[in-house]
Amino acid sequence: MSKIVHSVTLDSSLCKGCTSCVKHCPTEAIRVRDKKAVIIKERCVDCGNCIRICPHHAKKGVVDPFSILSNWEYTVALPAPTLYAQFKDLLDRNVLLTALKHIGFDDVFEVSAAAEIISAATSTDLTFKDMPKPLISSACPAVVRIIRVRFPSLIPHLVTYRSPMELAARWAGRLAVKKTGLPREKIGCIFISPCPAKSTSRRTPIGTHVSAVDGVVSIAELYPRLHVAMKQVDKPEQLAHSSTIGVNWALSGGESQATASQNHICADGMDNVIRILEALEDDKISNVDFVELNACVGGCVGGALTVENPFIARTQMERLMKQFAPVLPPQDIPLDDLSWDDPVEFEPVMQLDSNIVNAMDKLSRIKELEEHFNGMDCGACGAPSCRALAEDIVGGFASEDQCIFLIREKLQKLLDQMPKEKASEEENAK
Amino acid sequence: MQPLTLNFRVTTDDFSLAGQASSAVKHTLKDLGFATDIVRRTAIAMYEAEINMVIHANGGNITVTITPEEICAVFADIGPGIPDIPLAMQEGYSTATEDVRDLGFGAGMGLPNIKKFTDELDIQTKLGVGTTVTMRIFVK
Repeated sequence: MSKIVHSVTLDSSLCKGCTSCVKHCPTEAIRVRDKKAVIIKERCVDCGNCIRICPHHAKKGVVDPFSILSNWEYTVALPAPTLYAQFKDLLDRNVLLTALKHIGFDDVFEVSAAAEIISAATSTDLTFKDMPKPLISSACPAVVRIIRVRFPSLIPHLVTYRSPMELAARWAGRLAVKKTGLPREKIGCIFISPCPAKSTSRRTPIGTHVSAVDGVVSIAELYPRLHVAMKQVDKPEQLAHSSTIGVNWALSGGESQATASQNHICADGMDNVIRILEALEDDKISNVDFVELNACVGGCVGGALTVENPFIARTQMERLMKQFAPVLPPQDIPLDDLSWDDPVEFEPVMQLDSNIVNAMDKLSRIKELEEHFNGMDCGACGAPSCRALAEDIVGGFASEDQCIFLIREKLQKLLDQMPKEKASEEENAK
Repeated sequence: MQPLTLNFRVTTDDFSLAGQASSAVKHTLKDLGFATDIVRRTAIAMYEAEINMVIHANGGNITVTITPEEICAVFADIGPGIPDIPLAMQEGYSTATEDVRDLGFGAGMGLPNIKKFTDELDIQTKLGVGTTVTMRIFVK
């Protein structure tokens, strides 16, 4: 099993143990223990739901600080197209891309340029008869992760191309080596990310051993700096080299359009993603050749590390894309570098036990325990449901006394006994 | 080792609920760690049988018995019975009404698919009394 390093962390001084995150985690990966939220790391898929839902802002995405730029002699910004959707008055993305250079990057490489190449390759794949249909996009790391832990039968359907981020970093790194003459390790290719999942897929890469991305900084951290820097750009450089096809990937539905699939399904938000994966697994979806899934509502514009509301961001993006002038795609990039080096594999982290006999024994005990609980799924015990508490008890992580209803029953029994005892004491006193 | 038994009641004519039993069994088998192929075959075969119960027999009862060696699902209904089993087993043959076909069901693939995805299929039926379909999937 891979040792995954997650990108969601808890500021325990802010956590009130309220169970909001516990209730909204799509993989039941959070428990409140000792009044603080704890993530069961094998189960976390880095979707960012807990970051968005926490009313106390105790959950945070773990990314690199902007100061990481000083680690390299030469840095290339790899902006996710979602960055463009954050600014309400942006009419020329070259202003924003030039501002990235003003705040400290030496060069800029649009991730959307890599997205276009992946779309073109996927589009060609769809014409091949022997492809497992439908193909499922592998661009969202949280979606890939949930397929790996919960839907192993769908793994062969995943698009086996690198993500736009990974591909952009590979190309940008090579171009920078050529341009500067510096060795690759002195060049930092920094992804500007809408979500913590991208940070995880740098540290625990999908389909490759080592990520070409050297750092991941959040859109949220760069936003105020860029806002100021953009005002000082009077002569924007021509840094854009992708079209609306790639930039549109930031919006749910954009990748499907870019892939030019005639029959596609596109779903966003983790609950909807899971519903589609269940239906795919049960063979209930036919005549579909491409499935685009995004963990965040609205697509990447809904990422937990963005600034703008995803619905407003969509409108801003659509407005900006209307202004796009034709540009040349990036030159000198090798097209033989698209595919994963290693296949992704099933990680059975949701199973009750690695041995079926033991698992059946555990399940029988879980069902027995479930009968005791009142089924309210109140969450007061710190688990998302009565069933989850039963699983935790059988797993040895919790006890029945954590159920407030069972405790109340016990207390009632004690209280019922008390007057009798008192009466008998009085009797004895006489 | 006690086999694990799951019981379900399928109610009449509600297509939106049909599939609940196969879905619940699918999740249970996944939790228990059965191989992907076993889970998939069980889910598909059970779903077909569940739909059959709704379309033809006004619902019924399902009993699923799970052991590490096999999964056995028994679908018992008190519907009209099947007059000609070999005919019902033919691909494309269906007695489903137009209304049901309009919903996208009744393509005549139910029993053939169950046969295809299971290791053993037994159908006991008596006209006007009911039908019991027993399917087994062996783990090895």
